[in-house]
Amino acid sequence: MEIPYNVTVRPDTGLYNAKLGIWLFLASEVMLFGALFSSYILLRVAAPEWPMGHTILNVPLATLNTLVLISSSITMVMSWAALKMKKFSAFKMWMGLTFLLGVGFLIIKSFEYGAKFAHHLYPSENTFMAIYFTLTGLHGLHVIGGMIVNGYLWGPGSKMWKTEPERFTNRVEVAGLYWHFVDLVWIFLFPVLYLL
Amino acid sequence: MSNSADAAAPYHVTHAGHHEPGFWQKYVFSQDHKIIGVQYAVTSLLFLFFGFCLMMIMRWQLAFPGRPVPLIGSLLGEASAPGGILSPEFYNSLGAMHGTIMVFLGVVPLAVGAFGNYVVPLQIGAPDMAFPKLNMMSYWLYVPGGLIMLASFFAPGGAANSGWTAYPPLSDIATTGQTMWLLGMVFLISSSLLGSVNFITTILQLRAKGLTFMRLPFFVWAQLVTAFLLLLAFPPLEAAGVLQLMDRLAGTSFFLPSGLVVAGQALGVSGGGSPLLWQHLFWFLAHPEVYVLILPALGIVAEIIANNTRKPLFGYRSMVYATIFLGFMSFLVWAHHMFLTGMGTAINTFFQTTTMIISIPSVIILSALFLSLWGGSIRFTTPMLFALGFLPMFGIGGLTGLPLGLSATDIPLHDTYYVIGHFHYVVAPGTILALFAGIYYWFPKVTGRKMNDRLGKMHFWGTIIFMNVVFMPMFIQGLAGVSRRLYDGGAQYAHAAPVLEWNLVMSIGAWMLAVAQIPFVVNFFRSIWKGERVTDGNTWSATTLEWSAAPSPPVAHGNFAVVPTVYRGPYEYSVPGASAGFIPQNVQEKG
Repeated sequence: MEIPYNVTVRPDTGLYNAKLGIWLFLASEVMLFGALFSSYILLRVAAPEWPMGHTILNVPLATLNTLVLISSSITMVMSWAALKMKKFSAFKMWMGLTFLLGVGFLIIKSFEYGAKFAHHLYPSENTFMAIYFTLTGLHGLHVIGGMIVNGYLWGPGSKMWKTEPERFTNRVEVAGLYWHFVDLVWIFLFPVLYLL
Repeated sequence: MSNSADAAAPYHVTHAGHHEPGFWQKYVFSQDHKIIGVQYAVTSLLFLFFGFCLMMIMRWQLAFPGRPVPLIGSLLGEASAPGGILSPEFYNSLGAMHGTIMVFLGVVPLAVGAFGNYVVPLQIGAPDMAFPKLNMMSYWLYVPGGLIMLASFFAPGGAANSGWTAYPPLSDIATTGQTMWLLGMVFLISSSLLGSVNFITTILQLRAKGLTFMRLPFFVWAQLVTAFLLLLAFPPLEAAGVLQLMDRLAGTSFFLPSGLVVAGQALGVSGGGSPLLWQHLFWFLAHPEVYVLILPALGIVAEIIANNTRKPLFGYRSMVYATIFLGFMSFLVWAHHMFLTGMGTAINTFFQTTTMIISIPSVIILSALFLSLWGGSIRFTTPMLFALGFLPMFGIGGLTGLPLGLSATDIPLHDTYYVIGHFHYVVAPGTILALFAGIYYWFPKVTGRKMNDRLGKMHFWGTIIFMNVVFMPMFIQGLAGVSRRLYDGGAQYAHAAPVLEWNLVMSIGAWMLAVAQIPFVVNFFRSIWKGERVTDGNTWSATTLEWSAAPSPPVAHGNFAVVPTVYRGPYEYSVPGASAGFIPQNVQEKG
């Protein structure tokens, strides 16, 4: 039994199944982070005082992390483009880079967390620290989730290239859409938490 | 007419070529939507029964406050029921878990997980769901979610006891059971997320050739809109759940205001949070959730009414547009649950206006279903009886909601038994009747055997009578001002005294309702093995693909022996001039 439109595009919707699926999943993710950002706004508006992010958080490190994550989005696109041009070794390199940039992001993030803990700044300190740790923590989990997928597609999952190249290319595209979303969330998180 | 007969013939031919999966793959970790649908059905029916049992224990306490529960009192444990008498904390746990289990583990998994899974791919002519592995994962996230909920009864301090709404600050400082409730919810939300992605993709991508949107059976439309509600409304509750978990485990104060005093002591937290934030996030889910509970039920009833009146639905297009509009509006009404929180009159006005607007599409759908009966030669089969019973019951549930949606009349009614009566009429005599209708209707499709009609009718009359005995007096009590969630059912309040005797009536009604389910249980199991075999795949002479193009039960791999093509709308019954009484969707020539 074959599921229709698993690989090929359905003419009237213009999508293959997984691509529609990932967009729907991302819509739900938008609602998740949307709810958290709304909570942030509500808590901040109600608070008698609210610290400016840059007085507590490390803006240079976060700026570096923004660059790391944006670069990883670029390498992700390159890995997909490489597959589209049937260059498997180039795909391996770009996808590997994407994974390493993800690792880099997490390392920098852990330095940031470590510095906060060293100053005894925990989520229980105040509402600002609470929302900071919750939002960045949840974003970090999303990064880890993406890295697991990317790692799989780089390693054992890439065997599919030999048997079903088109389907494998689709998988990389779908993983890429998710990865860009994770990137996008950070692009909102960064100014909201660190700069405003 | 050539449909089910030749569809059934090549069944064994195609089947023989397949490699048969082992027991575990076939029945436990199955990726076949039909097996998963049945798994959902069985699991959710068990949860419905369990949730019903919790309520029957509560009804003892309400009828006879402070008297030991007979028979099972000693089994409840000294901590929860010393001497067999329910403790107030345990009563609260029962209430919270009854609500949680009925909504999140019973009705939704049955309406969406079971019926949606089984019927939608068949009705759209698809070989399976778009993502069979996700479908399996969805079920296997639902099961641990349910098990965590059940296990929470054994946590120190018992299961969650802050109501199914889990309002903080109470829930933030509640016992461990609340943490398990939140963890369970995370599993259930993930499960429904995977399910809804799968449903939408399946419906949009896997429709058979010729099955345009306006040819979709109404049930498919209902499931599509429901899936969108699940997809977009659940994440805010997940966010709220994460925040509450942080409050409970990491000591944050998202929902704890400054200066909170508990048991005479200032709570050692930073404060600065907002209990109202939880309510907003919770109801942003929980109002669309109401439509998640009701839309699949309306879909089931629409199928059965069209089939048993032998005529097309009245105003199919208006019903579809109304459903889409309903789905959209359901995101804009959530704060009508919060009129008494002091949001302010401007916000109250906004939400009562949107609430009045959303009642319009609901009335359109219900009226269309009523008008569909007009002039039909109705077959009073068991599923049809349940579908007909659904209409006035849901009508009562809907109409009693109007005074709650207006902020002025909500003030005296808020948090009384009136509210309980209202939403139980929507969900119990409403949705659950429709779900029973669905079980009787699609049982032959799943098993190849019909359920017994006589037992079915006994089940119907017992159910509808005792459901009304249980829920109608709630309006009387509520209008008299009796609050919900009272451990003694209101005995301590003078204003409740004149309506207190109804507590016994309702409790007896509830226990009799349990007795009325015995014919169903007997019928269900007997019919699996001994029910009347259906000779024709199309048991009810229906027009939709699951009946007309697939054998009963459908082909194990791929549902259809021949992939159907659709030539017409979903309900072409009694077409003037046609040679046959009904023309299935996959039949090309007229008659």
